[in-house]
Amino acid sequence: MIDVKDLHKSFDNNEVLRGITEHIYPGEKVVVIGPSGSGKSTFLRCLNMLETPTSGEITFKGVSMTDPATDINKMRQRMGMVFQHFNLFNNLNILDNMTLAPIQLKLRTKKEAEEEAMELLGRVNLQDKAQAYPSQLSGGQKQRIAIVRSLAMHPEVMLFDEPTSALDPEMVGEVLDVMRRLADDGMTMVLVTHEMGFAREVGSRILFMDEGKITEQGTPRELFGNPRNPRTQDFLSKVL
Amino acid sequence: MDKLKAGFHQSFIEGDRWLMYVKGIGVTLEVAAVALLLGIVLGVLVAVVRTLHDQQRQGVHNPVLGLVNQIAKIYTTVIRGTPLMVQLLIMYFVIFSNTRNAVGVAMLTFGINSGAYVAEIIRGGIMSVDKGQMEAARSLGLSYTPAMRFVVIPQAIKNILPALGNELIALLKDTSLVTVIGVRDLTKAAQLIQGKTYQALFPFVGIAIVYLLLVMLIAALIGIVERRLAASDRR
Repeated sequence: MIDVKDLHKSFDNNEVLRGITEHIYPGEKVVVIGPSGSGKSTFLRCLNMLETPTSGEITFKGVSMTDPATDINKMRQRMGMVFQHFNLFNNLNILDNMTLAPIQLKLRTKKEAEEEAMELLGRVNLQDKAQAYPSQLSGGQKQRIAIVRSLAMHPEVMLFDEPTSALDPEMVGEVLDVMRRLADDGMTMVLVTHEMGFAREVGSRILFMDEGKITEQGTPRELFGNPRNPRTQDFLSKVL
Repeated sequence: MDKLKAGFHQSFIEGDRWLMYVKGIGVTLEVAAVALLLGIVLGVLVAVVRTLHDQQRQGVHNPVLGLVNQIAKIYTTVIRGTPLMVQLLIMYFVIFSNTRNAVGVAMLTFGINSGAYVAEIIRGGIMSVDKGQMEAARSLGLSYTPAMRFVVIPQAIKNILPALGNELIALLKDTSLVTVIGVRDLTKAAQLIQGKTYQALFPFVGIAIVYLLLVMLIAALIGIVERRLAASDRR
């Protein structure tokens, strides 16, 4: 579904990604773990071209993302993204947050978009917040809304960039619940996280990144139960 | 006491001198208003150019945009780096030495001057909006322009407004400099009357009070607009 070939990314003279080749298959729940600074988030952000790779190629369902001739906006409509800091639009209420893109991109009429937004809000039990502004909500509520805002675009894959890292511990559960249901519904997911319990439970494949490379990967059982790479062993011994 | 009374009478009433102040206020407001409008137009243009240039994708370089960006940079540097009074003298006595339309030159000079400051205010306002807002909009598939229009700019305006209000207040007070090219604004009116009557206290303190009242009025108006805009961050 997403094909990554020899991906490199440098910021000035700092090489963050040092050659990543990977394939993400439909329906997979790929969890990327690793120490901070290992390039996990940069890798994820390259997948929908929020970061422009220095070299290498990314293809999504046969269309090159890295080709400058590709209409990147069209491609991004098919890939949802959830950020660490939620990034709800502060100047818009929740309903407008959810309907802005579908209406502006003329995918749905205002009425359709609003009906769907209300239905999605119902799924995360936040229908009563439709008229609220982001500043009135808790972190957990904001992140649940950020997830359904992405879903309103009917994405084919969802990218999660440390979605629970900025949350108070008591709110992590409610966000993970939403993600778990999404996984159960068969959504293809790529997730960068420090929630090892969740990675083990929901992930179909775990990638361990270190210094800009994927140094080890496997099923949760393999990777958490029997890590072979000393760096992975060291990392897991610290976080588990 | 009688002396003061006579001074007041000479300064304001004799020969209907109060009319000169009123006309002066008119000129002062006119110059400030036109200059502000021109300043905002110029400022928006420069801010757009500079923001577009800085937000180009890595590796992409548009040569035309690069050139216009350089010009915009030089413009802000020169304008912010030289005294306003000197700019006024150069405009009137060097660049537009053929015209006697001092009010027009004053409007243009103040507009160009204000534009440089407004550009930086707007650019700062846009940059102060969290990068994540633009990224979230782009990640949903919106292109740059609608993302700016519906998400970034509305938030930037809220940050820009207080600084823009300060700029307007500074502009209004700075217009008193137009006396050096002979424009008959409020300050010039006081100077003329002082020259004629040898009364200094009432004309100068009088116009100081007028400026103060005008500034307070503008500040109050800005306050009202700000409160309206704050509606979306109810907590």
